[in-house]
Amino acid sequence: MTAIVDIRDLKKTYDGGFQALKGVSLQIEQGEILALLGPNGAGKTTLISAICGIVTPSSGSVSVGGHDIVTEFRAARAMIGLVPQEIHLEPFETVWRTVRYSRGLFGCKRDDTHLEQVLRDLSLWDKRHARTMELSGGMKRRVLIAKALSHEPRVLFLDEPTAGVDVELRRDMWKLVEGLRAAGVTIILTTHYIEEAEAIADRVGVIAKGELLLVEEKDALMARMGRKTLEIELQDPVTVLPDSLAGYGLEIVREGAALRYAYDTQAERTGITKLLADLAAAGLQMRDLQTSQSSLEEIFVGLVAERNAEDAA
Amino acid sequence: MNLTAMAAIYRVEMMRFFRTLAQSFISPVISTSLYFVVFGTAIGTRIDQVEGVSYGAFIVPGLIMLTVMTQSLSNASFGIYFPKFIGTIFELLSAPVNFLEIVIGFVGAAATKALFIGLVILATSAFFVDIRIQHPFAMIAFLVLTCVSFSLFGFIIGIWAKNFEQLQLIPLLVVTPLVFLGGSFYSITMLPPVWQTISLFNPVMYLISGFRWAFFGLADVPVGISLLAIAGFTAICLGLVWWIFRTGWRIRS
Repeated sequence: MTAIVDIRDLKKTYDGGFQALKGVSLQIEQGEILALLGPNGAGKTTLISAICGIVTPSSGSVSVGGHDIVTEFRAARAMIGLVPQEIHLEPFETVWRTVRYSRGLFGCKRDDTHLEQVLRDLSLWDKRHARTMELSGGMKRRVLIAKALSHEPRVLFLDEPTAGVDVELRRDMWKLVEGLRAAGVTIILTTHYIEEAEAIADRVGVIAKGELLLVEEKDALMARMGRKTLEIELQDPVTVLPDSLAGYGLEIVREGAALRYAYDTQAERTGITKLLADLAAAGLQMRDLQTSQSSLEEIFVGLVAERNAEDAA
Repeated sequence: MNLTAMAAIYRVEMMRFFRTLAQSFISPVISTSLYFVVFGTAIGTRIDQVEGVSYGAFIVPGLIMLTVMTQSLSNASFGIYFPKFIGTIFELLSAPVNFLEIVIGFVGAAATKALFIGLVILATSAFFVDIRIQHPFAMIAFLVLTCVSFSLFGFIIGIWAKNFEQLQLIPLLVVTPLVFLGGSFYSITMLPPVWQTISLFNPVMYLISGFRWAFFGLADVPVGISLLAIAGFTAICLGLVWWIFRTGWRIRS
């Protein structure tokens, strides 16, 4: 299967010398939802901006739908819709006019039926005659999305679409993304809300300090790196662990009232049975047991921390 | 060519003009009337005629040029500076349009507005003085060329400007003096010889001279040279804009 967005060794160094992208290669398949996770300043926005034509890459190449973004910029850009992170709207224009402008700017013939549908889907239809400056923050964001969808893009970039929006809008947005995916639109979203990636993405890419650390199927990533922890609440607090328990890598938590054991669900043996037996043999009495699964967030924090440690070494 | 995009930019820019119609329309009419009162009436009573033309009529071409130049500059520079300032420029940069389409959209709209105001002033001055136009086609041609070239120049200023102060800097500090010293309200033959020579280095003088020739058939410099000067100025601005978009100077990092 050919990638709809094909990024090869993309590098960007800004004029000040800051290297925002250090050779990113990424193939995005038609119709998938890819979430790019990364801390602030990781290069997510630079990556998107380079693909969309807002930032000129220092080296490397990008094609969208087989069209190079430099030599065939018209064909490439016509396929792309971009929802920026910041709310940039012409304040004096009405919603309807600004959306119609976007459609025209992308070279599409006037189609009021399509625009009406887009505005209705985003609950903006009633506000179509309002000036954008009169709208609430959440509504403004909807307008940005409407603008990006006005020219029926095949690839949609959402740069932190739910940063600072309320729960209702976030749910609406996820629903919208589902609908677009059903229509075959490829969606790339950046976020630092891991729950967002977890909820809607097919694949997850982790980016930090201008490098793509990994790209994987979300489920596989969760399974591969999904560690569980077992918390053992003790009858009597301990301060030192008996030698017989040294091999388990136990952690004393809650001022000795509990022990924490981390294990891999994918491993052949989790070691739980043996641990519990050894605990009993060591004379420690258990009051309660509790397991929890690590979220993408913990995986992500772990990856970034690993990276930082490598850099420090 | 992405004609649809060009039309979309043009329409939005013109909308801004119609939104502020009172300012765009009434203020030039008032200031022109003031010029007529002050220059035409007060000074005109002392200067009877300039080269056979009544002083009131003589300043009409200069007045139109003065307003058209400043309006072109401010319309075009604001038109492109505003999206930069509020951030909506991202959409322009990510759209499937090339530099020529963007320029035609923005500069076309700015020039249209300036042309419109120029014609309004012409109509206004007809209330004060008797106007005859010897070469109407040349008059329109000079007017359109001035609108286009100064809008292009304004577009460049809008891209160059990093804040509102810089946006005002060149129009106030460079263009207004050049316009006033370019013979808007007098013939350079009325100046001492030294200043006549210095005036020859003022590009605006050639525009005003050519424009006045279209009205009265009299000019400070031959009309062909005026035409060449304005064509050259347009070419330089166009070249600069092309370079700006090729390198992304101050618009694309």
